[in-house]
Amino acid sequence: MPLALELDSVDFAYEHGPPVLRDVSLEVEAGEFVAIAGPNGGGKTTLLRLALGLARPTRGRVQLFGEPADRFRDRARLGYLSQRAQLGVQAPATVREVVAAGRAARNAFGRLTAEDREAIEHAMERVGLADLARRPLSRLSGGQQQRAFIAKALVSGPQLLALDEPTAGVDVEAQEALSGLLARLNDELGVTILYVSHEFGAIEHVVRRLVLVRGGIVFDGPPSSLPGVWHDPSHVHV
Amino acid sequence: MFEFEFMRLAFAAGAIVGLLAPVVGFFLVQRQMSLIGDGIGHVAFAGVAAGYLIGVSPVWTALVAAIVGAAAIEWLRAHRTAAGDQALALVFYSGIAGGVVLISAAGALNANLFAYLFGSILTVTRAELLRIALLGLGALLLVAILLRALLAVAIDEEGARVSGLPVAFLNGAVSMLAALTIGISMRIVGILLIAALMVLPVIAAQRVAWSLRSTMGLSISIGLGSVLAGLTASYYLNMPPGGAIVLTAAATFVVAAGLETLRRRV
Repeated sequence: MPLALELDSVDFAYEHGPPVLRDVSLEVEAGEFVAIAGPNGGGKTTLLRLALGLARPTRGRVQLFGEPADRFRDRARLGYLSQRAQLGVQAPATVREVVAAGRAARNAFGRLTAEDREAIEHAMERVGLADLARRPLSRLSGGQQQRAFIAKALVSGPQLLALDEPTAGVDVEAQEALSGLLARLNDELGVTILYVSHEFGAIEHVVRRLVLVRGGIVFDGPPSSLPGVWHDPSHVHV
Repeated sequence: MFEFEFMRLAFAAGAIVGLLAPVVGFFLVQRQMSLIGDGIGHVAFAGVAAGYLIGVSPVWTALVAAIVGAAAIEWLRAHRTAAGDQALALVFYSGIAGGVVLISAAGALNANLFAYLFGSILTVTRAELLRIALLGLGALLLVAILLRALLAVAIDEEGARVSGLPVAFLNGAVSMLAALTIGISMRIVGILLIAALMVLPVIAAQRVAWSLRSTMGLSISIGLGSVLAGLTASYYLNMPPGGAIVLTAAATFVVAAGLETLRRRV
């Protein structure tokens, strides 16, 4: 399978700061579902930002679909759910308006086309929010808001979906619904998924590969082969 | 009142500004930069003073100064040289201090200056109306072209960056539009009051709106309505037009807040 993401001997440090990541090498094939876990401050969000080209490594190289990540141009192929995804606007935005914002990756200027509208309806249906399309996000539960942002990430038809702490502030029922949704996206559409979280219990049964990050990669393999003592990624040995 | 040409010109110029100010203000409020209009306005004051000093129309020097001020605020924010409110404070106070020094040097501390500080809509000429119309419609056209990208950045800036949208350019465009709006509007409501016409209609609309689209529609209606009602009140009640327009917009906010409270109780 072609590589969706490749990090080769990557170091990263913020300006005037200590190293956050050291000598990280990682290959993710197209169609893989990878959980990236680790303790808070371990560097997993930084790894994701490097992968998406939002930050440049201080050493090494990062490639997205075979191109340097920071110069990757075909960005409609990427879907992103940012950490603590919440509305940047104070005005009441409806589910449809939030999802439509994700379509700007394909068509940022001018009016929505018929194709855009169809993609927006389809994305809302896929996350089960079609009936709430006109409802302001502020009147939805935390889990429903999260699904609206996932629909926004999906609406451009991405080949790689990156989620940063998607279960933060979401109840157990919504976490289970999310894991089912992601598994279907991965199975049915072959979307490559990078799922970053400080804990991976919610998706342990659907994810095929787990990467533990603590300043570097300390484990990379199927969750079933993770030593029992490490199941809590904040454990001191990780 | 429409038998007087000065009232017809005032209503026409006011309608353009009443339409434009809330459209641009919508994006400032969503970026939590409601006070940027005040900051840029104070730099525009320095521009007015520079115009008097060098003998050029203060409208044009104020427009240039407003654009430079907006660029400075955006640069300071984007490069994290200063937090948003600190960048605003730096430009705000430098602008007003520079204006005072330049006005003093030009010996122009007189009634003409008040026309720029508090507006003088009843003295708008045909040539000024033409300039306001051309620049105003140009700004509205730019917003229409960029609307979807601007909304995408407002809703989720980090997501927009991952999508490849030119976020820095779009944020800069909003600041430039704010500067342009201030440059256009200072003869209508004045440098010290224009920020209110950009912000008050939007925060009033947000109280009762049910979507982004309705927020923008209601903001425009309130902005336009405030200008038309304020001008009418100023004619019949002999009030300063700039103050009457802004007080009308403020009253709309009180009504909207009351309606919101009522809706929550029902």
